Amino acid sequence: MVETHARDAADRTAATAPGPQLPLRARRSRLSTAMRPKEPISRPLALALTSGCFLLVLALWSIVSYGELVDDLFLPTPSATADRLYQLFANEGFAGDVWSSTRRILIAFALSAVVAVPLGIAIGSFRAVQAFIEPLVAAVRFMPATAFIPLFIIWFGIDETEKVAVICMGVFFPLTLLVADVSANVQKNLLSIAYTLGASNRQVFTRVLLPACWPGVIDNLRIAMGWAWTYLIVAELVSAETGIGHSILNAGRYMDSETVIAGILTIGALGLVSDALFRLLHRRLFPYAKGRR
Amino acid sequence: MGAIQIDRVTKVYNADRRDVLALDDVSLTIPDGEFGCIVGGSGCGKSTLLNVIAGLEPPTEGAALVGGRPVTGPGPDRGMVFQSYTLYPWLRVRENVEFGPSLAGTPAKERHGQSDELLAQMGLSEFADAYPSELSGGMQQRVAIVRAIANDPDVLLMDEPFGALDALTRSGAQRFLTNLWEQRRRTIAFVTHDIDEAVFLADRVYVMSPRPGRLRKEVVIDLPRSRDPEVLTTPEFADYKREILELIHETAAETRA
Ligand SMILES: Nc1ncnc2c1ncn2[C@@H]1O[C@H](COP(=O)(O)OP(=O)(O)OP(=O)(O)O)[C@@H](O)[C@H]1O
Ligand SMILES: [Mg+2]
Repeated sequence: MVETHARDAADRTAATAPGPQLPLRARRSRLSTAMRPKEPISRPLALALTSGCFLLVLALWSIVSYGELVDDLFLPTPSATADRLYQLFANEGFAGDVWSSTRRILIAFALSAVVAVPLGIAIGSFRAVQAFIEPLVAAVRFMPATAFIPLFIIWFGIDETEKVAVICMGVFFPLTLLVADVSANVQKNLLSIAYTLGASNRQVFTRVLLPACWPGVIDNLRIAMGWAWTYLIVAELVSAETGIGHSILNAGRYMDSETVIAGILTIGALGLVSDALFRLLHRRLFPYAKGRR
Repeated sequence: MGAIQIDRVTKVYNADRRDVLALDDVSLTIPDGEFGCIVGGSGCGKSTLLNVIAGLEPPTEGAALVGGRPVTGPGPDRGMVFQSYTLYPWLRVRENVEFGPSLAGTPAKERHGQSDELLAQMGLSEFADAYPSELSGGMQQRVAIVRAIANDPDVLLMDEPFGALDALTRSGAQRFLTNLWEQRRRTIAFVTHDIDEAVFLADRVYVMSPRPGRLRKEVVIDLPRSRDPEVLTTPEFADYKREILELIHETAAETRA
């Protein structure tokens, strides 16, 4: 008897979902469902919309380039770009450039994250740490990382260290503040309850605060990865002998827009891959969070 | 075991250089094993009072005593349940229930035995391996109560635990709590906005008044146990309800004047 109440409540919400039959009504209600804010849509529909958007961009590109509305010096055709991309990887050792870019990202990202995550959590959790270091981090965050490039070149020369430093400069400070926000937003009651269950300060930190932070931390790492790519390319455009950014810049000198676009598409693809990996990681690590994102 | 005694407790918060007198010289006693309900308008210090008993907030003056011992900080002898859902979302129901014992270092095997038994007793066995996000609000609050009693505390402190539930779920949860309480008589301090809920559950209702937070009156509810929902329609119930409502309206009128 007691249990039925709560289950009734769950059933009531389930019962309001539209049934699968009733063709015409259902179709109309699917449209109105899609227009309702935050309402989930079916997986096939989501896939169709996603690929539709890519196809639309491709179609526009095709019309403009094959239709010769724009000189192919400025905008090559999709097929020419695809061909160029193949040539780059097959005959011109582009994979090596991709690898050296990826390596820089991985090193810089790991270095930034290893310091930013603990520091951010400490800032968000302990008022003393916050008072000590947050204003500094917040101030440095407003100094554009790109403005430091000349300084880094003076300090480190133009080898790997300088590129890694630029990425760290761009990623570390905002990432720290985002992580600080995650830990500051952990509900106080979650901590209070642990104390009333007999937890020590240390147990509250390790067994409640940290687990409560992880999903938000992984989310922000995913976002920070996007910034890392931006700063990497900036660093490589300024000075590099290898890397995707270097290839793009080089091609630009010879008005080789095919290679430029091929390079940009490669970066986009790598970005999508890293994003997907982070999402997968999130799903794997936090199975309990399903349906909330 | 333990009675809850509030001995001349005053609590001042320093907010934005402005002092808020949340509790002004409040004294009350909830006798050992009794069910006490604290009611009163918003801001009259009900949550503050519970936090003082829990040891989460130190009183500015006076003391809280549980089982005769003064409260100096939070501890597992005083279980707490909040209105907001506070189950740990990354732990399954069973792990949430075992959280307190695991902090104390109880071996896993013993913990499982206890939690199995407790969940079975409370009719929650089938949810043992679910995550909180898979449970309805009413179920989550029941598990939160079970988590609090898994430590076998002397007293239970509950701050509007059913405040976010709809009427039907709420009455189910109330009976869940009274069944539990009748099985293992612990002293309970239960804060609520709902006068029906207070009269239905309580042995004593403590009516508080706001700005500053004071104890207005203690009303002894002399209705037979165990109570079932029919008691809600009896004239005695209506009398208690009227008395408490009038007290609350009076205090509201006084503070407005
Ligand atoms: N941490 C705090 N800092 C400053 N003031 C506070 C704090 N907590 C509570 N107060 C103030 O103390 C008074 C009593 O608050 P409390 O939360 O105990 O009331 P309450 O009776 O639980 O109210 P409600 O019914 O709305 O939950 C209020 O005026 C509130 O603004
Ligand atoms: Mg309150």
